[in-house]
Amino acid sequence: MSSIVRIPTPLRKLTSGAREISVNSETVGACIAQLEARFPGLGERLCDERGELRRFINVYVNGEDVRFLAGLATPLCPGDEVYIVPAMAGG
Amino acid sequence: MTYVKALRCRECGREYPQGPTHVCEFCFGPLEVAYDYQAIQRDISREAIAAGPGSIWRYQALLPVQRASQADLGAGWTPLIKANNLARALGLRELYLKNDCVNPTYSFKDRVVAVATAKALEFGFDTLACASTGNLAAAVSAQAAKAGLRAYVFIPADLEQGKIVGAAVYGATLVSVQGNYDQANRLASEVADRYGWAFVNINLRPYYAEGSKTLAFEVAEQLGWRVPDHVVVPIASGSLFTKIWKGWNELAEVGLLDGQRPRMTGAQAAGCSPVAAAFATGSWDIRPVKPWSIAKSLAIGNPADGHYALKVARESGGYIEMVQEQEIAQGVALLARTEGLFAETAAGVTVAALQQLATRGKIGCDEVTVAYITGNGLKTQEAIAEALAPALVVSPTLTSFEQALARQIPPSDRSREAGAKTHTRRESFQK
Ligand SMILES: [Zn+2]
Repeated sequence: MSSIVRIPTPLRKLTSGAREISVNSETVGACIAQLEARFPGLGERLCDERGELRRFINVYVNGEDVRFLAGLATPLCPGDEVYIVPAMAGG
Repeated sequence: MTYVKALRCRECGREYPQGPTHVCEFCFGPLEVAYDYQAIQRDISREAIAAGPGSIWRYQALLPVQRASQADLGAGWTPLIKANNLARALGLRELYLKNDCVNPTYSFKDRVVAVATAKALEFGFDTLACASTGNLAAAVSAQAAKAGLRAYVFIPADLEQGKIVGAAVYGATLVSVQGNYDQANRLASEVADRYGWAFVNINLRPYYAEGSKTLAFEVAEQLGWRVPDHVVVPIASGSLFTKIWKGWNELAEVGLLDGQRPRMTGAQAAGCSPVAAAFATGSWDIRPVKPWSIAKSLAIGNPADGHYALKVARESGGYIEMVQEQEIAQGVALLARTEGLFAETAAGVTVAALQQLATRGKIGCDEVTVAYITGNGLKTQEAIAEALAPALVVSPTLTSFEQALARQIPPSDRSREAGAKTHTRRESFQK
């Protein structure tokens, strides 16, 4: 069983419209590398030149912001859900 | 007509046609409305503005919609109060309060929602939605009711009762999320991606946020087309703070002001201060936090515009202040007892920050200062209710009253009754 990555609208042009992608990765970082391998260009949208998550990208694993976990080293288990969400204004 | 040229990415400058979209497809940076300032300068004047409506729409040329919607509630053009008593208490010479408690749903959010709703109707949406720490929920619900739109508002489950009732009464569907605001907002973002709803703080964010500029426009006009020296603004996501800054800059851009800009200081509470923390350490990176502040309207642990707020504070020579949680209720009380203005906990944070700035010499005593009071105190009564139990509890007889009065004030102090009472009340906040 693999993990599911939810792709937000602005990135779906790169995934041929797919909303959800299954990956077999042990960490969030490996998951992004796998997405880049399958959908070239997706990786640079998520990470900057230093390989860090871009400022306006929020990545959640099962609802928790990876910045509260281990960042890109956050482990993924089968069945985990990964959400990619652009930053939002407050209210 | 509008003077909008395009939506432009704040990070990489790519331009997009106007639509219900908020993120740069390339870098995920936020999109902002770009205007043709030369055309605005040709058409705008102080006189034309003065002849306009007593609402945010007097500045229509600098807003991204053609006109107020038929269903407009009349937000804006709120009083600017000269706060002599509070100024004296803080040792400042010229202090003003922008009182946004008196908007249609009692907070500044009516400004942004007025713009977002007009835009939602223009785009043909039938459902208005938002994620909210409370004030936005009420503004969206009321505006949707008036405009005949359906409304869904996502709120954290632990919100103050006044904010829940204040949104539900207008008939919106409240979605109470078992989690904090950041979690409610993340869920809303996923819902926005799947349903064709107008989320004012998500897919309508570029337009919505423009409404906050009117808080700069109004203050400049109310001061006789003058820019204050220093302004103090509460910070949640940082959007209000950065848009007030954009407001001063635009007034200069279109020739209504000579280009002076105030120092911009933001205020956060200890229980949610990611922007103040980054400011204090000289960092440009906001580290998200899990909020525990009683100032729930400011409890955004992952502030989308935090980075830009840091930039504004540093560029303008201001600060991002952090105040202690126990100072919030004191700030609410100080404002009420000096100026007769009962504002919500966010204002407690703002007033406590003012006090801290004055004490530490960060506001010059000769600086013309404006503090933004963004929401009404009746919304957050829980936060201060405990410290405000009645001072005298009596049976309905004069004897009982006089006995209670004697217990409260020693006889030697009776002549100074009024002063002593104020003093006692204030001490109850020192706990
Ligand atoms: Zn961009």
